[in-house]
Amino acid sequence: MIGLALLFLSATLSSLGAAEADLRAIIAKFATAKGFSETGAVVHELAATGDPKVERPLAALADGNLYIRKADSLVLIGKEAGDGVQLSDPLSGAASGEAAKDDITKIKVNNTLRRAIRDALGTLTLGAKDPAVRLAAAGTMFKTPDAANIEPLDTAIANETVASVKALLEQARAASVLVSDRPEADKLAAIQVIGARGDRDAVSLLTSVDANASDAVKQAAAAAIANINSTLAFWDAGQNIWYGISLGSVLLLAAIGLAITFGVMGVINMAHGEMVMLGAYTTFVVQQVIRTSFPGLFDWSLVIALPMAFLVAGFVGFVIERGIIRFLYGRPLETLLATWGVSLILQQAVRSIFGPTNQEVGNPTWMSGSFDVGQLAITWNRLWILVFALTVFGVLLYVMKRTPWGLQMRAVTANRRMAASMGIRTPWVDALTFALGSGIAGIAGVALSQIDNVSPNLGRGYIIDSFMVVVFGGVGNLWGTLVGAFSLGVVNKVLEPYAGAVLGKIVVLVLIVLFIQKRPRGLFALKGRAVEA
Amino acid sequence: MRGNFSSITRMVSAGVIAAGLMSAPAKAADDTIKVGILHSLSGTMAISETTLKDAMLMLIDEQNAKGGLLGKKLEAVVVDPASNWPLFAEKARELISKDKVAAVFGCWTSVSRKSVLPVFSELDNILFYPVQYEGEESERNVFYTGAAPNQQAIPAVDYLMSEDGGSVKRWVLEGTDYVYPRTTNKILEAYLKSKGVAAEDIMVNYTPFGFSDWQTEVSAIKKFGSAGKKTAVVSTVNGDANVPFYKELGNQGIKAEDIPVMAFSVGEEELAGLDTAPLVGHLAAWNYFESVDTPENKKFIADWHKFIKNDKRTTNDPMEAHYIGFNMWVKAVEKAGTTDPDKVIDAMIGVSVPNLTGGYSTMMPNHHITKPVLIGEIQADGQFETVSRTPGLVMGDEWSDYLPDSKDLISDWRKPLSCGNFNVATGKCGGKGTN
Repeated sequence: MIGLALLFLSATLSSLGAAEADLRAIIAKFATAKGFSETGAVVHELAATGDPKVERPLAALADGNLYIRKADSLVLIGKEAGDGVQLSDPLSGAASGEAAKDDITKIKVNNTLRRAIRDALGTLTLGAKDPAVRLAAAGTMFKTPDAANIEPLDTAIANETVASVKALLEQARAASVLVSDRPEADKLAAIQVIGARGDRDAVSLLTSVDANASDAVKQAAAAAIANINSTLAFWDAGQNIWYGISLGSVLLLAAIGLAITFGVMGVINMAHGEMVMLGAYTTFVVQQVIRTSFPGLFDWSLVIALPMAFLVAGFVGFVIERGIIRFLYGRPLETLLATWGVSLILQQAVRSIFGPTNQEVGNPTWMSGSFDVGQLAITWNRLWILVFALTVFGVLLYVMKRTPWGLQMRAVTANRRMAASMGIRTPWVDALTFALGSGIAGIAGVALSQIDNVSPNLGRGYIIDSFMVVVFGGVGNLWGTLVGAFSLGVVNKVLEPYAGAVLGKIVVLVLIVLFIQKRPRGLFALKGRAVEA
Repeated sequence: MRGNFSSITRMVSAGVIAAGLMSAPAKAADDTIKVGILHSLSGTMAISETTLKDAMLMLIDEQNAKGGLLGKKLEAVVVDPASNWPLFAEKARELISKDKVAAVFGCWTSVSRKSVLPVFSELDNILFYPVQYEGEESERNVFYTGAAPNQQAIPAVDYLMSEDGGSVKRWVLEGTDYVYPRTTNKILEAYLKSKGVAAEDIMVNYTPFGFSDWQTEVSAIKKFGSAGKKTAVVSTVNGDANVPFYKELGNQGIKAEDIPVMAFSVGEEELAGLDTAPLVGHLAAWNYFESVDTPENKKFIADWHKFIKNDKRTTNDPMEAHYIGFNMWVKAVEKAGTTDPDKVIDAMIGVSVPNLTGGYSTMMPNHHITKPVLIGEIQADGQFETVSRTPGLVMGDEWSDYLPDSKDLISDWRKPLSCGNFNVATGKCGGKGTN
């Protein structure tokens, strides 16, 4: 195996001749470089060769995968495999045996080095085959303008076939022109191009226009900044509203189970947050099993966790209702204390089983990262949570309004004795309703595990907000919960940039107190006999 | 220094825990030396403090295996103050009066420390406090083995300003709204301004405890960072709020190469709940990292894994602080030949023991210790890699030189001065701190 690799190596060596030997000589310097600045110098030397082959060692270095073998001070790329490290040649990528972790030293990198490597790779990968790589390269070059970049960019623009890449390349070229000593007319045109981009990066670039630039250039830059800022102000408002909607969806998810147990049944359920927590822990367990047994299914882990979380939390809710709450109907104070006790027991139980520390719940790839709509950055996880919250709401509404079970639930809430006379087994309906509310809290936990800590205290953070949403929206009304959650979310997030997160929250609380003074039954008050019962 | 509570939690949990988990009955035997452990094992702070309780039990076990202390065995007395500040004072009193412990190792939040201070000075016992804190305090009965601001915050900012750290010119001070971040940020603001940073290049923002919706804050950081100057975030965000904060940073695509985040409250333990791949390169400043490659640390980690019976458990900075504090106490007791707190307190000053990062830590007359300051970058495996280390040891400075109220104060508990807040300007003991 090693012999083969060597053969292959010598073959490539002889065919490429001196250039590759030079590269190897530079790479060998990593072994003797001391400290980040010397390593940085080697990076620059490698990048200066302009040879696209240096991409492999540089990318490996940036990822912290470049090692020095202690035995022969050879610089190699390493990939962790089990207990050892799989080594390969930095230029050809040919396998070069394995080594124990103690036999090799990792070449350390820091942020400054990573940035230097990224910039170097930007120029080197301009001619890459994959348009996505070219796009990334253009993006990097836009952020690191340099007069020396103009020429390679001109060539790249001439050869580019993909429109989006070409546009970004032109912007990168404009950025570089701005810092070069090209004539004023070129610079004015460049400001036009950058101004048209219209985002924060453009503002950032334009504000750093050289103080020695001519007045015309400075004025054009100032005008372009003013122009961008006025559009951005509009987008900022949109962004705050999006954040509000997104916070609202989280509130809705947390509160929607409570809208059933507290809203419909009237049980002050302090253990509601712990149902959310149980759902999150179910997700964790499901992911653990998938990680160890079926790694290919990881992207499906949340979908698999959903029914499990519903069943686990629903079952616990069922047990709580049958074991405790049914003896306490009509005694709100005792219910409050008993469910509070239950919540403490659940928390401590989870703490004993899983330990007090946070557990890692991974994000599937389709929930990571963000995409842009105009100047609005929308993160995938928030978008999916919004979609999910609305779906859960829709399904729940359907169950309540369109199924026999929902009809029975509503009948029991409206008039228990009459419902019982009609042959409905009211205790059974109570138990299932409570289980439903708890189960929904459980699936909320699956979603919340994506954005929050999975720790025994997870539920604590949501219980107050959930009650606030349900009371504000109007007890017993699902639509009220929906409108309540979204209006609280939007008000909160619109206030936050001006008042700060702490004061913003206080203002929202004061507003709710005032509102409840005016309308004690919330936004959408239930009318009729049920209210007095 | 961290943690918060609703009053209902406090009442109910106090009741439940007091009933359920009364401290281990003290065996009235004179052949043991009792050591109190005052860390929350339930409630919000359990996440951080339980580990410290286990670390203490391990250290006491090891000392007993070595033959105990003064010919006697050590006996741990564990109580659970349940993340409830008044209960900390009650439990401390119980440890000292009822169990007659020789010293107490405990507390995490500053408010819990403040609540036990009167008990320790009244009953004249010793507290070892292992967590980095805001400074502005020096008590005769307390030994601070965690970092003071100048052993963490200031070197961290210095690093970011240096060429290696990226020559940062614009600063976001992001913190949770309570005493530690507010005091630290006040010190940092004064320090940055003394280094010529303009007021408009500093943004200070606070969020509530357990904050989980970071969208607005992260986009504000992005906006602040697009002014054409190198920007960094200095985060004093409380432990639990960190996970959603970092997740949002990752999702909004803020990379460490562009806007690095330097954290003072994020350690190996907090990262255990996170996928760190998108966070590679963000920073933390501590006096210890699990990844530090020294024989002492390797042995400590191996012992810890054996004791806790779990190879995945991480070690962290407050654990090292307890390691140092406990060994210092053992040495001081041996030096004094007694466990009498009064004599041990005097014997403590000048005691020097090995730390885990390949050097020695010494107890100074101001009851703070000397430590190296390490800056680490987060790696994809959830560990930190040291990228910078102060050349020598840094001595803990209890009264910050950058706050107008405390710049004239010093502390020296050696006789004849014996004063925790001596004002060098007026020459009197009894100056004022800022909080």
